Amino acid sequence: MAKIIDDETMENVCILAKLSLSEEEKEKAKAQMQKMLDYVEKLDELDTSEVEPMSHIFQDENVFREDVVTNGDNKEAMLANAPKAKEGQYQVPKTIG
Amino acid sequence: MKQYETVIGLEVHVELATKTKIFCGCSTEFGGAPNTHTCPVCTGMPGSLPVLNKKVVEFALKAGLAANCQIHQYCKFDRKNYFYPDNPQNYQISQLYLPICHDGWVEIETSAGKKKIRIHEMHMEEDAGKLIHDEWEDCSLVDYNRSGVPLIEIVSEPDMRSSEEVIAYLEKLRCMMQYLGVSDCKLQEGSMRADVNLSVREVGAEEFGTRTEMKNLNSFKAIARAIEGERERQIELIKEGKAVTQETRRWDDNKEYSYAMRSKEDAKDYRYFPDPDLPPIHISDAWIEEIKAEQPELREVKQARYQEEYGLPAYDAGILTESRHLAVLFEETAAIYGNAKKTANWFMGEVLRLTKDKAMDPEQVSFSPKHLADLLVMVEKSEVSPQNAKKVFEKVFAEDIDPVAYIEEHGLKIVEDTGLLEETINRILDANPGPLSELLGGKDKVMGFFVGQIMKEMKGKANPASARETLMKEVEKRK
Amino acid sequence: MELEKLTALQLGEKIKQRQVSVLDGVKTVFEQIEKQDSEVHAYLDTYREEAYKRAEEVQKGIEDGTYTSLLAGVPIAIKDNICINGKKTTCASKILENFMPQYNAEVIDRLEKAGLVIIGKTNMDEFAMGSTTETSAYGITRNPWNLEHVPGGSSGGSCAAVAAGETYLALGSDTGGSIRQPSSYCGVTGIKPTYGTVSRYGLVAYASSLDQIGPVGKDVADCAALLEIIAGHDEKDSTSMKREDLQCSKELTGDIKGMKFGVPEEYLAEGLDPEVKASFMGVLDTLKELGAEVEFFSIKTMEYMIPAYYIIASAEASSNLERFDGVKYGFRATEYEGLHDMYKKTRTAGFGEEVKRRIMLGSFVLSSGYYDAYYLKALRTKALIKKEFDQAFGKYDVLLAPASPFTAPKIGESLKDPLAMYLGDIYTVAVNLCGLPGITVPCGKDSKGLPIGIQMIGDCFMEKKILRAAHAYETSRGSFAVPGEGGTR
Repeated sequence: MAKIIDDETMENVCILAKLSLSEEEKEKAKAQMQKMLDYVEKLDELDTSEVEPMSHIFQDENVFREDVVTNGDNKEAMLANAPKAKEGQYQVPKTIG
Repeated sequence: MKQYETVIGLEVHVELATKTKIFCGCSTEFGGAPNTHTCPVCTGMPGSLPVLNKKVVEFALKAGLAANCQIHQYCKFDRKNYFYPDNPQNYQISQLYLPICHDGWVEIETSAGKKKIRIHEMHMEEDAGKLIHDEWEDCSLVDYNRSGVPLIEIVSEPDMRSSEEVIAYLEKLRCMMQYLGVSDCKLQEGSMRADVNLSVREVGAEEFGTRTEMKNLNSFKAIARAIEGERERQIELIKEGKAVTQETRRWDDNKEYSYAMRSKEDAKDYRYFPDPDLPPIHISDAWIEEIKAEQPELREVKQARYQEEYGLPAYDAGILTESRHLAVLFEETAAIYGNAKKTANWFMGEVLRLTKDKAMDPEQVSFSPKHLADLLVMVEKSEVSPQNAKKVFEKVFAEDIDPVAYIEEHGLKIVEDTGLLEETINRILDANPGPLSELLGGKDKVMGFFVGQIMKEMKGKANPASARETLMKEVEKRK
Repeated sequence: MELEKLTALQLGEKIKQRQVSVLDGVKTVFEQIEKQDSEVHAYLDTYREEAYKRAEEVQKGIEDGTYTSLLAGVPIAIKDNICINGKKTTCASKILENFMPQYNAEVIDRLEKAGLVIIGKTNMDEFAMGSTTETSAYGITRNPWNLEHVPGGSSGGSCAAVAAGETYLALGSDTGGSIRQPSSYCGVTGIKPTYGTVSRYGLVAYASSLDQIGPVGKDVADCAALLEIIAGHDEKDSTSMKREDLQCSKELTGDIKGMKFGVPEEYLAEGLDPEVKASFMGVLDTLKELGAEVEFFSIKTMEYMIPAYYIIASAEASSNLERFDGVKYGFRATEYEGLHDMYKKTRTAGFGEEVKRRIMLGSFVLSSGYYDAYYLKALRTKALIKKEFDQAFGKYDVLLAPASPFTAPKIGESLKDPLAMYLGDIYTVAVNLCGLPGITVPCGKDSKGLPIGIQMIGDCFMEKKILRAAHAYETSRGSFAVPGEGGTR
């Protein structure tokens, strides 16, 4: 039995994903997610108890960089796209109230 | 009256002393104008990718091995997902499932004696940027200079029972990190930070109480106060028959009270999963052996060696090894000078006094061991008076001047100028007929008075022994 | 001379021989764009002035020996999820409507070093999520073979541009078939290289463990030549591999005698369009005629590929797309109350429906209580699928599969039922899950005149084998008509 997507789950998903949906959109999203989860439930047919999860296809070699400074002052470039900036910083709504 | 016991576990974040950030080639230097140490990687630009700084792994291994940890020789980075503006990707690259180090311990010592504090794990992660609150415009400003600075998070088991133990544990960790050279652990710069997990239970109870997590603790004093405050708050709740809520609280050190950091948007579901951008790390036995071989002498070993090798009392050995930086200065000075005991005395006296007077961090002390050694040699050869040597050392301590040249230039060197000495003595004898007649009458106790006068006149340039000798001769002439 | 009918290598050769100037090639492309792109809408942005200027520079560079690549001077189009310094890079999303990266993707540096001329950015499904290029926030792209049909996706703009002669070459990206499927729909050739072959630095991530940039071109040789240029180790991408085995041109001999081809019989079962199937079977005959061995075998994990793929891809996407929050770049909602409201309003208005769907699914499968049941289960399934492919490559040099169960659907049909659209990726997603290289080559047309493609899949790092096989098949197949003309290339 796949998980039943209820309003509370949708609400929680929206908090996690930082999305706000209208009631209508929420209903639609709920139905679509339900359909998708019912479908992927197929995976339960597979016995994977002896299988290690494979997060990376290739994982034989260590990949490191040396501890050497390679970047200079990129402030202008980094702030060039900021929707709002002030005094060389990214401006956001107040974070503590 | 019920007795309560406090149960405390710590999550300590230590910023590693690498030159560059954990995943990009930006400098980790403290300070600097906002966002001047940033690049596409540490500002979360689309398409940018992390590449792991090898030094971070080495430092984490050093710290883990020093704290008697097991090593996950196959370890991975995971993404911790949460939205906050100081976190440019809105996920932090950290380690959850396979932290690099786990199951270790450190030993602390308090008034109650020695105790082992178990370490659950140490993992590598990236630091967040800095948020500044702009009251004027009612907004916040983000600086990503600290974003991506490497951290290790050291998670203890809930093994501590008092703020004294907590402070001892933190001091132990700080000392260890400084000895290993993996972090400077400056609380004021935020390079060492602690979150305190605290619960209370009745003495003798088996089960732990519900714990809270306190953040925003940036000094040992604040930590101690926060622990006392939170302990009281929880006991109060329990006494009133109310439940302690498992939550994160923010300690306000000015108001000496903690506030719940509650928000509907704080889902507290971090959705950790292995970071696909970073391949797993393989730590070979050979690598571990290499790190072990490179480990410096840690404090306990050094302390024992000072007692054994230099014959120092345990107390002195303890003081001298509190800071590895000072211990190294001490050892280098002693090696040049050749007398560890006398060097130790000088450190215990002058170096620590000046450090304390100037409210300096031991790490900030910087003078050439050669300069102190030269000065000590001059004292030993009676080429400078101990009083003058102390004054000269203040200069060495503050400006690292060359004491030999300084003493020469300022005429502080003890000169065997018998003519000048005789002349001075006779002038003093003439000026003090009373004490002179006493001396002539055989009352030796005025000797001290005359020697003092002579030394004063000579401005320390005379050697007290020869002053006394010459004085006797001149008095003899007048008999 | 009809320059637009040349392949990229032919153009490169003529430029080298001084029969054609770099500018001639660039002008040809812009003429085609002018003529057709108002209808096809393959491009989101073009750089005519700069491309003309660049053409002069490259011309000089070729003459003085700075640029020696076979493709020096050849125009190329770039999918809009690949960053070019100072050029708008939108991923066909409103949330990046004004984003101008201040850095190049590694592939862009490589193209510039080889003297190719970048002419513009191509349309795509928003953040590469989609199979039709209809989820773009900037309008749909039409299939040059029949404007009523989609070009496929997500690299629909790149494939349509090549098919329409609006470029000689293009870069696409492939996360679950996004190069191979639209190449099939548009009758062009496209390669999804082995994971790690082409640097992902500067490719805006959809699903990091699956994404690869790859070439799209008119034929196998063009794609092989472009792959040689863009492939290679990059220190900026930790998943990038050191490969020195990609000098593929000498593999294109036409000789596949004794090569072993495997065909998963499940791939030919229910759901495969009969015309696509017939065309596919035709390819098997051709390969046998060329002296290859063709054998059927069974892939038992087939029905688990799409579920595993969508769980993994959505999970990674939900995390990768968290950075689009209105703080550092891109779109920010104009009115909001407080931080979290700003996040929500920005993301809700900035992302399209399909992207939101995948972000929500991805957030869910990673969330507390479901991680093991969905995400880890998918990773375990991936391991099983990988194992099955490993076994298959123990027996076969190359696996054959359709690129899609059907030819290009009509515009407006696919998005009505997202799950049905996802099922269309059945033949392509396993390649990404297992990190394998795959190539699509046109192999026929259906009764509506829409192209059909065949997919050849190799074991990891075996690009040489699939290129050899694809080229041999292509040579035997003969020329493939250009859309709208019925002529030949």
